[in-house]
Amino acid sequence: MNNIIVYIETDEGAVADVSLELLTKGRSLADQLGCKLEAVAIGNHLGEVGKQVFPYGVDVLHIFNDARLSPYTTLPHTSILVNLFKQIKPQICLMGATIIGRDLGPRVSSSLGSGLTADCTSLEIGDHEDRKAGKTYKNLLYQIRPAFGGNIVAWIINPDHRPQMATVREGVMKKEVLDPLYKGEIVEHDVNDYVNADDFAVAVIERHIEKSKVNIKNAPIIIAGGYGVGSKENFDLLYDLADVLGGEVGASRAAVDAGFAEHERQIGQTGVTVRPKLYIACGISGQIQHVAGMQDSSIIISINNDANAPINTMADYVITGEVETVIPKMIKYYKKNSK
Amino acid sequence: MAFNIIVLAKQVPDTRNIGKDAMKADGTVNRGALPAIFNPEDLNALEQALGIKDRYPGSTITMLTMGPGRAADILREGLFRGADDGVLLTDRAFAGADTLATSYALSTAVRKIGKYDLIICGRQAIDGDTAQVGPQVAEKLNIPQVTYAEEIEEINNGKARVKRRLENGVETVESPLPLLVTVNGSARTCRPRNAKLLLKFKHAKTVTERQAENIDYIDIYSTRPYLNLTEWGVADVDADIELCGLSGSPTKVKKIENVVFQTKESKHLSGSDDEIEQLMIELIANHTIG
Repeated sequence: MNNIIVYIETDEGAVADVSLELLTKGRSLADQLGCKLEAVAIGNHLGEVGKQVFPYGVDVLHIFNDARLSPYTTLPHTSILVNLFKQIKPQICLMGATIIGRDLGPRVSSSLGSGLTADCTSLEIGDHEDRKAGKTYKNLLYQIRPAFGGNIVAWIINPDHRPQMATVREGVMKKEVLDPLYKGEIVEHDVNDYVNADDFAVAVIERHIEKSKVNIKNAPIIIAGGYGVGSKENFDLLYDLADVLGGEVGASRAAVDAGFAEHERQIGQTGVTVRPKLYIACGISGQIQHVAGMQDSSIIISINNDANAPINTMADYVITGEVETVIPKMIKYYKKNSK
Repeated sequence: MAFNIIVLAKQVPDTRNIGKDAMKADGTVNRGALPAIFNPEDLNALEQALGIKDRYPGSTITMLTMGPGRAADILREGLFRGADDGVLLTDRAFAGADTLATSYALSTAVRKIGKYDLIICGRQAIDGDTAQVGPQVAEKLNIPQVTYAEEIEEINNGKARVKRRLENGVETVESPLPLLVTVNGSARTCRPRNAKLLLKFKHAKTVTERQAENIDYIDIYSTRPYLNLTEWGVADVDADIELCGLSGSPTKVKKIENVVFQTKESKHLSGSDDEIEQLMIELIANHTIG
C-alpha cells in the first residue's frame, strides 16, 4: 500500500510542532486518498513519541532509536529514510522546512531520484493531464509555493516519481488533534540494518544557544518602529508581530537615538536600505532620511495616530490608530485566518 | 597544506530589488527590468573560499556556474575578487532543469574538473529559495555535506571544522574531506573586487564571447592563457542527456500564478477589528504574508 509518511523531528524526545502540523495535514490528505498515515522518528530517547503522535491520526509509527542518531547528522538519517522508503514505498513524504528538513530532504530526494518541493504554503490533491504525452495522472500532490522572491506562486507536481516530497515551514499548517485515543502501530527497526559505518564520519563537536545577528537587509517582511512607538516596552509588540509573520524588526533613527532599538536595526540614509515585500511602519512620521531607506518596499502599511503623517502619502494602507492596539489585532487576525 | 576548492555560484534576477518599476500595469513581474546579479549567499561562499586561500597558501579556487552565456559575468566577478579560474556550464539541453537535474549537471562538471577537497556554495539562490542544489550535488558525488555554515574554521588532518547556524544556536561539526559546504547569509560578507585583479582579468572571456565580439586584440588569449574561461556543454562533461534539463526533472510546474500588487492609491483604515481582519485576510490571500 502506498501511504503518506511524515518525518518526525524530535528534541530530547519531544516532537516538534511543525511535525504535528504536518501530521494533521497528512491525515486529511490520507483520508482523501484512502491510504494510511505513517510517521518515522529517528533519534534517541524516542519512548514517548508514540503517545505524542498517535492522537493526530498516525496509523504506523516507525522508530529508529540509537544514541548515535542524536544530535542529527545528515548521512545516517538519509540512509535510514532512503532504505525505509525503498521498502515501504510511500507515495508522499512530508518534512518540516526546518534546518534539519532542508538539509535532509534534498539528500534523500537526490538519492531516490524523486522530486522535492521546498517551503510549500499549501498542499492539495488533484489530477493532471499531460496533453503532449496523452496521459492523465490521478490524485497527484499539488505542491504550492511562492517563488521568485514571493512575486509568483508556482504549482508543482511530480507525475512519475515517488515519493512526492515536500517541505513546509513551521506555522503554515494548522495542528489539530484528531482523536486523543487514536490507536496506531509501532514498528521498531534495527538501525544497523539501515546505516553504514561511513555514515557516522561527520561528528557534532559542540552546540550552544546563541542569538543570531540581526539581518534586516534580506528580510522579506519588516516591522519598523519610530519615535511614535513610545517606549522600549512597546517595541516588544513589534517583535511579537515579526515573530508571527516571519519578519524582522527595523527602526527609524529617532527610535534608535531614543534607545528603543539597537543601532543595527536602523533603516534610512544613515542606516540600512531595505526593499522588503511588506513594510509595516509603526509610529514613523516619514522623514526623508528614513523614506530613502525603504521607499522601494513593495507594500507599505503605515500605522500612526496622526492621519497626516507624511509617510501616509506613500503607504498602500494607512491605519489611523494607536500602535499598541492595532498590532495585537493584526496578530490575532493573522493567526485566526492563516492555515 | 593547500586545498583545491570549487565554488558553485549562480546568476540570479535581483528579486529583492523589486521596486515599483519592476511591476507591470497588470501587477505581474517585469523580469526584463530586474538586474542580473551574483546570488548573494554565493558571495558569502566565495569569501569562505578566499579565507581558506589566505590561510593555506597555494590553495586554488575554481568558480563553476551553470546558465546562459551571460552567466560568464559571475566567473569574472569571482576572478576579480580572488578566484583562480572559472568554468561556465552552458547548453540548451540544461534548460528547464529543476534542482535535481541542475545538481546532476553540476556534479558531472565537478567530476570533469577532477581534483577537489572542498565544494562551497551559497545556502540558496534568491530566485528559487529552495536550498536543495547543494545537498543534492553532495549526494550525487557521494561526499558529506555541511549546510547553513557560518565559518569554515580550520582544516586539519583531512578534516574540516565548520560552524553552522541553527534555528536558535550554533553547532560545530567536523567532517572528512572532500566535503560540500553551503554557506548561510549570516557568514561574513565577501571582500570587494581587487583593483589589480580587475585589470588582470577584465578581458577574461569564454570562447563564445570571443567569437561574438570579434575582438582585434585576439592574440592576448594565446599569450595570456588565464584569460580563457572554460566553457563546457553536455558532451564535454559526458552527461546523460536524459538526466539533464526538463527530461531529467522529476518535478514539473503545473501552473504559475502572479502575485498582484496593489496600485499606489492608499486605502484608509480606522483600526477597528473588522477592518484589521479584512486587511490580514487580503494580505494572506495575495501571499504577502503567510
